[in-house]
Amino acid sequence: MLVFIIRRMLQSIVALLVMSVLIFVGVFVIGNPIDILINPQADQAEIARATAALGLDQPMWIQYWDFLRHALTGDLGRSFSQNVPAVQLILERMPATVELALCAMLMAILLGIPLGLVAGMKPDAWYSKTIMAGSILGFSLPTFWVGLMLIMVFSVFLGWLPSTGRGHTTLLFGVQVSFLNWDGLTHLMMPALNLALFKLSLLIRLTRAATREAMLQDYVKFARAKGLPMRRIVGVHVLKNILIPIVTVIGLEFGSLIAFAIVTETIFAWPGMGKLLIDSINVLDRPVIVAYVLIIVCLFVVINLVVDLMYSLLDPRVRLAGARA
Amino acid sequence: MSSADVESPFKRVAADFAESRLALVGLATLILILIVAVGAPWVSPQNPYNLATLDIMDSKLPPGGHSLDGMTFWLGSDDQGRDMLSAIFYGLRVSLGVGILATVIALAIGLAVGLVAAWSGGWVEVVIMRLVDLQLSFPSILIALVLLASLGQGVDKIVIALITVQWAYYARTVRGVALVERNKEYIEAATCLALSTPRILFHHLLPNVMPPLIVIATVQVAHAIALEATLSFLGLGMPITSPSLGLLIANGFTHLMSGKYWISLYPGLALLITIVSINLVGDQLRDVLNPRLQK
Repeated sequence: MLVFIIRRMLQSIVALLVMSVLIFVGVFVIGNPIDILINPQADQAEIARATAALGLDQPMWIQYWDFLRHALTGDLGRSFSQNVPAVQLILERMPATVELALCAMLMAILLGIPLGLVAGMKPDAWYSKTIMAGSILGFSLPTFWVGLMLIMVFSVFLGWLPSTGRGHTTLLFGVQVSFLNWDGLTHLMMPALNLALFKLSLLIRLTRAATREAMLQDYVKFARAKGLPMRRIVGVHVLKNILIPIVTVIGLEFGSLIAFAIVTETIFAWPGMGKLLIDSINVLDRPVIVAYVLIIVCLFVVINLVVDLMYSLLDPRVRLAGARA
Repeated sequence: MSSADVESPFKRVAADFAESRLALVGLATLILILIVAVGAPWVSPQNPYNLATLDIMDSKLPPGGHSLDGMTFWLGSDDQGRDMLSAIFYGLRVSLGVGILATVIALAIGLAVGLVAAWSGGWVEVVIMRLVDLQLSFPSILIALVLLASLGQGVDKIVIALITVQWAYYARTVRGVALVERNKEYIEAATCLALSTPRILFHHLLPNVMPPLIVIATVQVAHAIALEATLSFLGLGMPITSPSLGLLIANGFTHLMSGKYWISLYPGLALLITIVSINLVGDQLRDVLNPRLQK
């Protein structure tokens, strides 16, 4: 087990290094950020001064080496446009994104698993078919368009929910959160639903497929023969057995939720790190883009590691494969 | 065995496919969309990008409104006085074109890489599959965003981004199938005949690897179209000169708040119908081409 963890950590570090080079080289190609950041009427001397101040006159490999050296101490450069450390900028925005993603995941779980269970128990009933048709639609709907339509219906036509921003935030353990007061909650509802829709469809399909298989197993027949009520069979016996793949997928999908939050945040002007990324791309704020991607990569590496470990804890059968890997 | 007993594979696939009415509806819709997309210059009521035919006085008319010279805007007009129906036809052309082109190229690359990995084995396979795993552990939208952030805008850039996002799926699938197929007797027979490696790979192995790939490629076209629309919506996709459906929707977003819903709604519906019909066809193809479900 320890060997497995160490091996995975080493792999993760290699992945991080590869990504950092790719990103740095990629972002370097975009062009000269000076053109965008400096007043177009600036003279040659001023441009040269700014270039030197930002370190853009150094050869590329020196810039990368500096970047890497600083990255190891948690310093990923300062934002060109806001002149604050890029990491700080992203970490400030992170709670908003995490809150949104957690809320969306919660919605997907609380709706998706029960609906999937229902659809899996009676696959031929009309309501099961309706659920499945809905999930196909949820898969096909482009997230950004659903967001627009939500705004159109609930903000423009009905005027029930606000369409932009985070609303009032409350301080919880030193972090600003929206879900603890009514105003913040109304702001959170639409973006979270928008983000949840795709994962909801995924969870419905996954739970349904797993339930259908589990319902044919002997232990369900035995539980039935014992005369257990259906609620107990499904709620205890079936659910326990299908939970392993579901937990894995939930873990893995959490990372992709944070990535997809980029789209939702842009639509609902949610002040998270996804919106920060898009804003930074628009003004070619190189350090912020690089810092964002590296932080996301770290996040993914950690999530993948945790999911792998959890998987082997939940299911003893997997430990063998892990030990061999 | 007489030849009459042998059904051609295409006939069998077609007959199985037709068993699902929903899939047939999807196919019919898809064909209609393709015809409209290819024939956009001939079926559109207006050339939406010929500035001479546009009149700013006709801007933001609701669906069914009439222009000053008597033309009916069935789906309304946008802020430039452009007929939305025509804009959607032209947008479909761009979206489908980009999606299909990117998928075909990615398929070719993934096929080649996957076959090489499966056939050569050893460190070549390890390196390729590590790369595939690494890429697949990140969401496609993130990879595409970072790529576009560094490459800049343009049709070619977005096609490159869509190819980069997709090739790994094909490579992994091809390798998986090819590993199973290479141990079968027909490959052994071909090897015994001392046929050249390219001939075995492309004449013998390739046709047997294709069915699962066709299924993935169908669904991937829908993914590519949706991803392109998302990127265009974020302002990182297609340039304003060749507006895809995503760009039309983004354009409508600015007018949504004032209740002018049609500029965003209808391009979105067109996008949705396209994606759903592709998915319906893909789902049915998966069942038809899956040997485990064959009677």
